Amino acid sequence: MSLRIVVCVKYVPDATGDRHFADDLTVDREDVDGLLSELDEYAVEQALQIAEGRRQGGDDAEVTVLTVGPEDAKDALRKALSMGADKAVHVEDDDLHGTDVIGTSLVLAKAVEKTGYDLVVCGMASTDGTMGVLPALLSERLGVPQVTLLSEVSVEDGKVTGRRDGDAATEQLEAALPAVVSVTDQSGEARYPSFKGIMAAKKKPVQSLDLDDLDIDADEVGLGGSWTKVDDAAERPARTAGTIVKDEGEGAKQLAEFLAGQKFI
Amino acid sequence: MAEVLVYVDHVDGAVRKPTLELLTLARRIGDPVAVHLGAGADSAAATLAEYGAVKVLAADAPEFADYLVVPKVDALQAAYEAVSPAAVLVPSSAEGKEIAARLALRIGAGIITDAVDLEAGDSGPVATQSVFAAAFTTRSRVTKGTPVITVKPNSAAPEAAPAAGQVEQLPVTFGEKSTGTKVVSRTPRESTGRPELTEAAIVVSGGRGVNGAENFSVIENLADALGAAVGASRAAVDAGWYPHTHQVGQTGKSVSPQLYIAAGISGAIQHRAGMQTSKTIVAVNKDEEAPIFDLVDYGVVGDLFEVLPKLTEEVKARKG
Repeated sequence: MSLRIVVCVKYVPDATGDRHFADDLTVDREDVDGLLSELDEYAVEQALQIAEGRRQGGDDAEVTVLTVGPEDAKDALRKALSMGADKAVHVEDDDLHGTDVIGTSLVLAKAVEKTGYDLVVCGMASTDGTMGVLPALLSERLGVPQVTLLSEVSVEDGKVTGRRDGDAATEQLEAALPAVVSVTDQSGEARYPSFKGIMAAKKKPVQSLDLDDLDIDADEVGLGGSWTKVDDAAERPARTAGTIVKDEGEGAKQLAEFLAGQKFI
Repeated sequence: MAEVLVYVDHVDGAVRKPTLELLTLARRIGDPVAVHLGAGADSAAATLAEYGAVKVLAADAPEFADYLVVPKVDALQAAYEAVSPAAVLVPSSAEGKEIAARLALRIGAGIITDAVDLEAGDSGPVATQSVFAAAFTTRSRVTKGTPVITVKPNSAAPEAAPAAGQVEQLPVTFGEKSTGTKVVSRTPRESTGRPELTEAAIVVSGGRGVNGAENFSVIENLADALGAAVGASRAAVDAGWYPHTHQVGQTGKSVSPQLYIAAGISGAIQHRAGMQTSKTIVAVNKDEEAPIFDLVDYGVVGDLFEVLPKLTEEVKARKG
């Protein structure tokens, strides 16, 4: 039987660009280049490796990459398709503008269910919101186990297993499929799309869905349906220029003076 | 006064510092009620009471250790239903955020993660967050349900405010989903004897310039002289010189200590995201053009292998 893997990815403003807020205090997506969130590349990579492993063992697997976002978010899907995903689903609807993580988890859960899944793979967090809670929310909504923050993952005999490197301990986790998994940036370097992959991606199917297709009311999502509100956003004042000295043999002593002056020693 | 649930982060009843910070912040909103899951509630209670817990709701069951996250959500939900709090505060650890998010969804409440400050407001608690690699500061509120807020370590100085802190048993019924993810084995991390990276008052970090795992002792020696935690840049971690659990930056820990010392770290955005809210920043780097120098209060352009050992000796001498 084919293993149906759905990878949830996010199209984010480039973290090395000049990110800021729009007038309505949502993330400005107009004035900064967007791309597939770097942390989601690891999710795509692990999904592809799991699928390749299945195929080598004579089983079948299919990797669907799923995103929620504006028109430009297709770029993120294209990147994942050119890495090797089989097909894509794009949830796009003007009413989604300003949706918070609770709303996003609703949309993704409905889209994952509509697509059909045995395994959902996510990155550890987005590089813009950086909350890191979406996989747990998806697990709660779908009513399936969460096997999250894995630096190693494998799927065998209808079970997913993996290693979670926490602050206090390293844990080996195990759950029956279907399940929601998230992988960290330690799970293995993501592949670069090959020229062949990029060409093939152009022919791969991208399904578009809107809120109606998912039976979601407009007031459940968007800025209006958000359960949180950003009251204000202020640019952090630039740090005042510090003292910089060149070490001519006295650098350590000068630094010690500074630290003593600040009462650190 | 309204009650505020505070989820206790502890190791067998030894309460970790971020929980004391949460109790301190919770008192701005209401009376803190601590929720202690797992063994050691009785030994934790004295500390929790000292920092203002009016009550300690305690539950212990093998499920908390044997299965991932969900049993703890079941217990926190039981506490929520028993108390009807004005807010739920949870430490911003990886697990804390997952617990908080699932609870928020279950009780139909909005969630704010990684707050760095919290104050009472006319329409509920107002949370300050540092976003876009700390380039912006936002203030946000939960507008639906009981606010669920996770708070980062080092967001407040713990202040003692003795309260009753009596331990009450919290009855918990685990749902059928609670045993979905089995923890097959757990290997506790070996203690380095140094402070926890995210909780430390001083952090000394090494980067590409350290040039090898064997050279990290230079960083560790200075850290030990200062009583500091050790951090590493992504470049150093990716090179295999230091464990990922010590990585400071976008994909690692984000720290906000009183003093951050960056040695041999250029200061790419990926690193800055994890440290630029530090109160005082010091850098030692050979390259005077390194972007890290834009952030520093004090910078030394020089070879870290020259400067750090001498600084270590200076610190030891001054500390006597």
